Amino acid sequence: MRNPIRRRANWVIVVTYLVALLLSIWPLPDWAEPFRPAWVMLATVYWCLFLPHRVGLLVTFVVGILVDSLTGSLLGEHALALLLVAWVVLKLHLQIRVYPWWQQTLLVLSLMLLYTFVLFWVDGMLGYTQGALLRWMPVLITTLLWPWVMQLMSVLQQRYQVS
Amino acid sequence: MFALHRPQRSPRLFSSNPAGALRTLLLIAVCIALMFYDHQRGHLQKIHAALSTLVYPVQAVVNAPYALAGWAGDKLAVHSALVRENTRLKQQLLRDAVQLQQTAALEQENARLRELMQAGAKLSGHVVVATLLAVDMDPFRHVIIIDKGAHAGVYEGQTLLDAHGIIGQIIQVGPVSSEAALITDPSQAIQVEVNRTSLRTLAIGGADVDILSLPYLANNADVKPGDLLVTSGLDNHYPAGYPVAVITQVHRDPAEPFASVSAQPVADLDHGHDVLLYFPALAPAPVPKPEVRGAKKTPGKRPR
Repeated sequence: MRNPIRRRANWVIVVTYLVALLLSIWPLPDWAEPFRPAWVMLATVYWCLFLPHRVGLLVTFVVGILVDSLTGSLLGEHALALLLVAWVVLKLHLQIRVYPWWQQTLLVLSLMLLYTFVLFWVDGMLGYTQGALLRWMPVLITTLLWPWVMQLMSVLQQRYQVS
Repeated sequence: MFALHRPQRSPRLFSSNPAGALRTLLLIAVCIALMFYDHQRGHLQKIHAALSTLVYPVQAVVNAPYALAGWAGDKLAVHSALVRENTRLKQQLLRDAVQLQQTAALEQENARLRELMQAGAKLSGHVVVATLLAVDMDPFRHVIIIDKGAHAGVYEGQTLLDAHGIIGQIIQVGPVSSEAALITDPSQAIQVEVNRTSLRTLAIGGADVDILSLPYLANNADVKPGDLLVTSGLDNHYPAGYPVAVITQVHRDPAEPFASVSAQPVADLDHGHDVLLYFPALAPAPVPKPEVRGAKKTPGKRPR
């Protein structure tokens, strides 16, 4: 018998990932499209940071494959980028958790650089080299979003007692 | 009993190595293998089809407000607006019908001339309307998702058109939706000919959604801005004779072997809402070759 709170808690994780997936294909005006934040990456960082025993590499891999299928990129491309990010977070989660918020944000910045670099690298090998400068725009926006997303997610986590 | 198990289930502060080296390397290897096989299209069709079914609800949810807005727009449209639209469409229909009359005559003449030249008859197919899903894809790829899949007979490599010309081709088929690459996607190339001179060349995609480049035209090639490019059909892929693009820029540098020519696609690549799926007509049975005397069964071939 599992206790009901735990089951509902699972549901919260699924919903946050679903919302992140929805936001990553939500139609934006043409000019705003390159600035779309990497929502799924933020969700991955949060859950791997605070629930490493529940959301690990396997979940990240599955979510990454879903992102690939949704956005029409090469199968495994986003999965690889997310896996590397998740790996760093999982390795350092005990240290990152006690960082002050601005230090966490700096870490998210470097993780986002890694994430974007992997995507750029894979795309570059396939010949999709256009928009070199625009590619780095989500780095800044996603980083700036981290403190807010973290606040929101931790409220959610406490409200539904996800553990 | 439960009390004994509780401590194990409670949050562990120091969880045992969630990022094991073996698991990490294994998953990374799986990713790389997937990318490798996916890059050579055709290997992962089944996985793609299954995944597209899995993510279709997400796409449908994102598409829903737009579909709903369209539906509500139809339901709540003002009578006068509908009448105005109806009048406009009727006029359009009349204009098109007049042009079609000429087309019919020209088609017949063309068929007669082809017969004279003993060239094969031109085949025309039929089209099925599909609607784009209002979802954003990878911004650095020119791909779209349509709401028709294998159940509607869509197949990989199928041509997509709109009212003005070629849009692209289907690259992934799912059960209820399919993915198509626009002709301007960096991975795409299309066999075209200049309508004015029948000069054949390749048009390939690039970074911009409204620019095709024609890198294989010699410096002295007879092209000029304004020339229409139509499909040549030589790639055995796109149907012949459909408009693709209009040449916008010709730059000839004597130091270079090839002119740098760019063209603008005539189809509404990034604004359209409805697209047409092209189904080619089935090829007629090949005409039997006239029998040559002596080539009939020879006694030597008869089984003994």
